Amino acid sequence: MTELSLDGRDGSELISFRIGEQEFCVDIMAVREIRGWTPATPVPHSPRFVRGVINLRGAVLPVIDLADRLGLGTAVETARHVIIVVQIGSRIVGLLVDAVCDILSTADHVVQKTPDLAGDQMQNFVKGLIALEGRMISLIDLSLVLDTHQAEAA
Amino acid sequence: MNLTILAVDDSRTIREMLGHTLRQAGYQVITAEDGVHGLEVLQTERPDVIVTDINMPRLDGFGFIEAVRAEGASRTSPILAPTTESEPEKKARARAAGATGWIVKPFDPVKLIEAIRRVAA
Amino acid sequence: MDPMDAIRTTFFIECDELLAQLEEGLMAMEQGSADSETINSVFRAVHSVKGGGGAFGLDPLVRFSHVFETLLDQIRSSQVEATESVVATLLRAADMLADHVSAARDGGGVDEARSEQIAAAIMSHTLGGSSAAAYQPQPDEIEGLDFKPQMISLDLPSAEPAADFDISALLAGAAAAPADPVANDGEGGWIVNFAPHASLYAKANDSALVLRELSGLGEAVISVNDEALPTLDEMDPAGAYLGWTVRLPASVAEEDIRDAFAFVDDDCDLEIVREGGGSADLDISALLAGAVEPRTSAEEPADLLSSLLQEVVQSPPAAAPAPPAPAPVAPATAQNKPFNLMDLAPHVDELTQSAPSAPVQAQAANAPAAPPPPQTIRVDLDRVDRLINLVGELVINQAMLAQRVMESGAGKATDVNLAITDLELLTRNIQDSVMAIRAQPVKSVFQRMPRLVREVGEATHKRVRLVTEGEGTEVDKTVVEKLSDPITHMIRNAIDHGLETPAEREAAGKPAEGTVRLTAAHRSGRIVIEVSDDGRGVDRVRVKAKAIEKGLISADAQMTDEEIDNLIFAPGFSTAATVSDISGRGVGMDVVKRSVQALGGRITIISTPGQGSRFSLSLPLTLAVLDGMVVTVGDQTLVAPLTTIIESLKPRAGDVRPLGPSNFVLKIRDAFVPLIDTGAALGFGKSKFDPTEGVALLVESDVAGQVALMVDHIQGQRQVVIKSLETNYKPTDGVAAATILGDGRVALILDIDGLVTAHRKAPPRADTLAMTG
Repeated sequence: MTELSLDGRDGSELISFRIGEQEFCVDIMAVREIRGWTPATPVPHSPRFVRGVINLRGAVLPVIDLADRLGLGTAVETARHVIIVVQIGSRIVGLLVDAVCDILSTADHVVQKTPDLAGDQMQNFVKGLIALEGRMISLIDLSLVLDTHQAEAA
Repeated sequence: MNLTILAVDDSRTIREMLGHTLRQAGYQVITAEDGVHGLEVLQTERPDVIVTDINMPRLDGFGFIEAVRAEGASRTSPILAPTTESEPEKKARARAAGATGWIVKPFDPVKLIEAIRRVAA
Repeated sequence: MDPMDAIRTTFFIECDELLAQLEEGLMAMEQGSADSETINSVFRAVHSVKGGGGAFGLDPLVRFSHVFETLLDQIRSSQVEATESVVATLLRAADMLADHVSAARDGGGVDEARSEQIAAAIMSHTLGGSSAAAYQPQPDEIEGLDFKPQMISLDLPSAEPAADFDISALLAGAAAAPADPVANDGEGGWIVNFAPHASLYAKANDSALVLRELSGLGEAVISVNDEALPTLDEMDPAGAYLGWTVRLPASVAEEDIRDAFAFVDDDCDLEIVREGGGSADLDISALLAGAVEPRTSAEEPADLLSSLLQEVVQSPPAAAPAPPAPAPVAPATAQNKPFNLMDLAPHVDELTQSAPSAPVQAQAANAPAAPPPPQTIRVDLDRVDRLINLVGELVINQAMLAQRVMESGAGKATDVNLAITDLELLTRNIQDSVMAIRAQPVKSVFQRMPRLVREVGEATHKRVRLVTEGEGTEVDKTVVEKLSDPITHMIRNAIDHGLETPAEREAAGKPAEGTVRLTAAHRSGRIVIEVSDDGRGVDRVRVKAKAIEKGLISADAQMTDEEIDNLIFAPGFSTAATVSDISGRGVGMDVVKRSVQALGGRITIISTPGQGSRFSLSLPLTLAVLDGMVVTVGDQTLVAPLTTIIESLKPRAGDVRPLGPSNFVLKIRDAFVPLIDTGAALGFGKSKFDPTEGVALLVESDVAGQVALMVDHIQGQRQVVIKSLETNYKPTDGVAAATILGDGRVALILDIDGLVTAHRKAPPRADTLAMTG
């Protein structure tokens, strides 16, 4: 296992969240806000992982079911689901997850390279792994989340 | 020096430049956009020096200067006219109309202030 | 922001206005309808561009403007006649000037060769040719006219009631010219004799300031000559009676001395000589050098002045200066008390103000009567946009409030509901007013077209005349900017493909010059722009052949003339790549159509062979709000643009007929229109499609004429604020945009044409359809 630095920026903060049994994190600088689930308006001809669009103080943004996107199975909508609003490039997007866990600092934790597992779709999105107190947290590369080349239309 | 200067010019850019330059030198500045407007302003204002362009719509610089010199409280106010013309007739015409002096365009802030100083206490 | 940056921005904004003014004036000159005021305004436009450009040191721009301005000056002073060829050159010059301005603003370059060529053309019309128009930057000093040393004149201009100098007194004094006891700086010092005329004072020059100027050059000794001073009762307050002699050290440059008199040398008698008669020309200068007897330094000039002024103060104010004689005044004895000049100030005011202040309006009335300009203020666009966004939020919020109140169970007639109704009306009024702020006439877009027509005409060797109408028609700013590209392409197309060459036209019995008409008007809540030409019309044979060649239609397809004409809009008809190429040259009309549709607009063509074609472009008045019909489809709320809806009706069982394997039509009166299951077309597949249980919206689409869209039911009509779906997501077929409803949820706004197209590509599966009857 080799070490991997996050774009040379050691000491950046990450926010971690849970989907099912697995834990993930993203760069906190990309996170705009966190809100509870609100029903999304479905958009025709959109990939299955795009649940629809919601209204965030007058802006219309898509909600992406991260579980589905990562190939973990469609999340069932329940009230305890959380939407993490992130900025990816020039777009504002909502990520549907189960719950938010923690804030981590990479200065304290080493990011390891993802093991190569052939055929695992998730590998396309995960930049690295963090080991913490016996947990394994996968670091998500947000710029790949919106990329629909790999996704199939519903 | 707290003199008030009236700048008359139909170009917004020039009005702003004159205003900026003159205010930096410590003068108060009021503006008008052509001869007619200038005469209106002079009904209520008494600037110490007037700087007016020649080519303007409605009432040009020559007409404006003549009107100011004809009557009114600003009859004896110094009037400076800018000139880009290298033709002496235009200058002579301005003087015949009653201009006190002139400034060469394009404006050199130093020369402008100097000209004002020359005609006003 | 650095103030100079702000002023520079102002300058370029002003340049746009000036260039428009220039274009307008030149068009009038071209049509022969220009009066002297128009020609003057054309001159002033170029003059102002040059002036501002000079202030910012934009040399290429200034040089070109100067050449241009020189010719215009000669035209306005009638030295040069504005013949057709001259005006043609002026038009080209205006285009070049616009290029120079753009280059100066954006930092690019201009086509140097073309600029030189046009400048040469201008100079060929200019009197004095290139020498007259050559731009010489002004010498970097305050100019004075050439100094001509003058004798002290014996006759002053008769208009001035100044006193005469007595020559005999001069000559008598000359003989006895004493060397002034006051020391000067040895041999070769300067003696400056200066006697202002009344005109000097009339021009508001002040001798004191001139003398001050001289004092600044070196140690000056100033003495006054008051010999010409009359008694008070003879004195004209506007007259000039005093003269001065100033001695300056030899170290002072003669040039500097002359320079001090730069403003006044025409209005005075001036002589500058060296001590001991070192001046160039006149023998008599030596004579005159001493002719004016200076007072001894013992009596200060100031005392004289103060005694003089004191007399004035003590006497009643003189009458109005203009024509009349001074009021008789008791001669007062001079009292040599020191006197403060400033005490005089209020009296001077009295004197000047006692002049009847004739109405200045008289002067203004002589100027060409101008209608009072409408009051305007300049506002930052950002502020307007913010205001519009906030009002949009207000509308949404108001709708949400109304919904909550309704859900809370308050009856329709309760106070709170009535208040909500009032609020809705008020909000709508505010929204309309705010949208009107941003409404702009299309004139700004139309103004660029004459130049385009000239260029394309030149490039294609065709003679074209552009006629415009309705340039005052207003649309929201968001739309105005989008009009430019489509209009440009329609005009280009009209000239390039529509109009014939002059030879062809004459052979066909048409005038050699083709006409392109550009009009704008409001129609049914939209703006309609039309570009028509009197050319050859669409070549249907060629168009059909090309479409077949590209596989867009089959070889034996039966098409009406109108359908063939509109093939030029068919996707893939031209070889242009993507919508983003639209700004390039030679882009096909199909690309234009896609970009127009993206704005919610429509474009069509009507053509008559041999007579011409007419493009018709219609766009919503604003891209910010939309009047919509809110409908339910499945469990979704959708919004259909109201302008597309012709009528709504409830289909009866017998009216629905199958057509082909998987399509249905609806019988409406005597016509059959295609019936589309909206839910299915959008992918919200319902388990069962029963038209009799829903509502059919009869809509107008560009791709398929009239179509009936099935929805579950109609919720109502609303004005909705348009929110982009593409900002954070991506374009979707069948969906134009989104809006936010009263309950805070997002509702999609339908793109009717897109919906119909999508339906055609993937008709609903037969097993999802159920029919009764």
